[in-house]
Amino acid sequence: MSSSKELIMNRDWCKGCGICAAFCPKHALEIVNGKVQRSEGSTCVLCGQCELRCPDYAIYIAETEGEKEQWVKSY
Amino acid sequence: MTVNTGDVSKKTQKMSDLIYKYMRPEHLPHIWCPGCGNGIIMRDVAQAIENLGLSRNQTIIVSGIGCSSRAAGYMDFNTIHTTHGRALAFATGIKLANPELEVIVIAGDGDLAAIGGNHLIHAARRNIGLTVVCMNNNIYGMTGGQYSPTTPTGEFGTTAPYGNLDRSFDIAGLAYGAGASYAARGSAYHVQQTVSLIQEGIRNRGFSIIDVASVCPTYYGRKNKKGSAVDMLKWQRDNAVTPEQAAKMTPEELHGKLVIGLLHHTQYPEFTYQYNELIERLAKEREDHE
Amino acid sequence: MGKIVLMQGNEACVEGAIAAGMRFYAGYPITPSTEIAERSALRLPQVGGKFIQMEDEIGSIACAIGASVAGVKAMTATSGPGFSLKQENLGYACLAEIPLVVVDVQRQGPSTGMATSPSQGDVMMARWGTHGDHPMITLSPSSVKECYDLVIRAFNLSEKYRTPVIFLMDEIVGHLREGMEITPEDEIEIVNRPTVLYPDPKRKPYQMKKGQLVPKMAPFGKGQRYNITGLIHDESGFPTNSNAEAEKLLHRLMHKISDNYEDIVQTEEVGMEDAEVAIFCYGGTMRAAMSAMEEARAKGIKCGIFRPVTIWPFPEKELRKAAGKLKKIIVAEHNYGQLLLEVQRVAGSMCEIEFVGKYNGSVITPEEILEKAVNSK
Repeated sequence: MSSSKELIMNRDWCKGCGICAAFCPKHALEIVNGKVQRSEGSTCVLCGQCELRCPDYAIYIAETEGEKEQWVKSY
Repeated sequence: MTVNTGDVSKKTQKMSDLIYKYMRPEHLPHIWCPGCGNGIIMRDVAQAIENLGLSRNQTIIVSGIGCSSRAAGYMDFNTIHTTHGRALAFATGIKLANPELEVIVIAGDGDLAAIGGNHLIHAARRNIGLTVVCMNNNIYGMTGGQYSPTTPTGEFGTTAPYGNLDRSFDIAGLAYGAGASYAARGSAYHVQQTVSLIQEGIRNRGFSIIDVASVCPTYYGRKNKKGSAVDMLKWQRDNAVTPEQAAKMTPEELHGKLVIGLLHHTQYPEFTYQYNELIERLAKEREDHE
Repeated sequence: MGKIVLMQGNEACVEGAIAAGMRFYAGYPITPSTEIAERSALRLPQVGGKFIQMEDEIGSIACAIGASVAGVKAMTATSGPGFSLKQENLGYACLAEIPLVVVDVQRQGPSTGMATSPSQGDVMMARWGTHGDHPMITLSPSSVKECYDLVIRAFNLSEKYRTPVIFLMDEIVGHLREGMEITPEDEIEIVNRPTVLYPDPKRKPYQMKKGQLVPKMAPFGKGQRYNITGLIHDESGFPTNSNAEAEKLLHRLMHKISDNYEDIVQTEEVGMEDAEVAIFCYGGTMRAAMSAMEEARAKGIKCGIFRPVTIWPFPEKELRKAAGKLKKIIVAEHNYGQLLLEVQRVAGSMCEIEFVGKYNGSVITPEEILEKAVNSK
């Protein structure tokens, strides 16, 4: 059973630089009031181009939260 | 994935596993300006380390002073934020004292090639096992936009109000010319390639330098009318050439182009390995003598 | 009874450092300290240590600090011009609290000066050379044997208080070759830095219990991951702009040394029991002072010697106590009057202060001191 993935945005960390929106191949993102959000009626194919280029780690692809054990940072 | 106890920085914010594992979330978001390329490059370093499976306890991040050098504080390793230009000298001490440590230096173009130039060429000449990731944004960002040793001739900075009269350094070429065994150039735009160039740099047993073209929209971009961070990244995308292509291009054609990829890789003996061999040889001689 | 050897001050400094556990030297050639680098290059790999000749003095001290951060006892040596170059990183070691011994074999200055001529002109630089308020310990040997024994103490103090110690030699002592007894190993006390291995991850590197002044920090690569910076930082080791935190940090750094005055400050007093006149000298000047004292005593003058072994912190208490019983202090040093200022500050109101200064590259002679002692009737 392949775990389902989703696009997650952390608007606290987004600085509205627009890089993700500019390089999203599906034009699924846009900057409104200095924060990223999904464009109306667009489709995100979870390619992760936005995550690669986000300078502030405010957008990323993750397995749906509930699906996997939470990896906890260790020493 | 196993669940380990001893959690330190709780996930107070939504973040990717990579960021949670290799950064210090309690210190994010970082101070770099919106659109600054340094954040992208810092993630490239984390991705390279993840791909190699390095131990965070055995990996040291050394940085100098400047925008780039704040990276050490954000990354969850043994990190040391040293003095301006001296990251490589500090790193040399750490690496030689304990060669098992993986020592990665993150510094800017000014920090590495201006005030730190002497340490750059000698660390390279020594071919000591360090991986240097230069966040090269062609400007002194932290101090407000002065031109740097990599600012192209004719371009502007607050200390080059009439245009920069100097010629600029090719940092990767400089280090290779001084003896580095691995020299490459990446860019903030070419993320996958830069990650692998850093990864191979870490694997190289010797002095590795990855000169990564960053983007500084706030100062370099504004002062030189390069447009937004997006425009500057697009410029990197549209003006990058591979070393193979570059080899076939005339200087005029190459002017202003960004040569991205592995530039040089030669195997030289690594300094700390040789030193350990010396110690073992002397110990053996003493045993034979007794 | 230890082995008797004929050794040069610079060489004894390295042998003593090795006895103290020094296993890392980073340096750069400069007269009159180069023999320290040469001896280190020869001896360190023999004892499993590391030597590296860096590209300049700035790189040398930075490299030594790096080794210390990795948990190795490290040393670097230079002379005036190099000492000037090392100041910024010296301040870094003070602030980040990294143990380190910096040897300065003083030569006639300023600038290139007279490379092979003795001087004690770096005394104030040893205290205030690096910018900003900071703690500083400085010791000064006056014989080849003391180069051996006192550098061990320099390492012990540096480890104990996690702070750089300046081992302030001069060309006289550095290039002097004389017989000395090597202190037997079992008579040598070795102190290691307060450290913690694989601590609880929530523990902050600069976290201390109330009243404690010196943090326990893990060597890099041995467990706890933490951050070291030259920025003013809080207990967590991360930068802070809080004035309260800055004040707390600076206050602690200064008190780390001042509160431990008794443990750090050492002086040598010769013939001071009945002395009316005392020669205040240190380092290589001690030799001329000893002759001058003997000749003065032969002339019926009650003369003694007050020698600070610890230059910084300045031995105020000991000097004030001694000055109470003296008519005159003759300050003899190879500079234009540097510790003279401290002696005047501490004892100027208690007795007469005279000065014998030499700042032309030649050596103070016993006669020059004796003359001041004789005409004080």
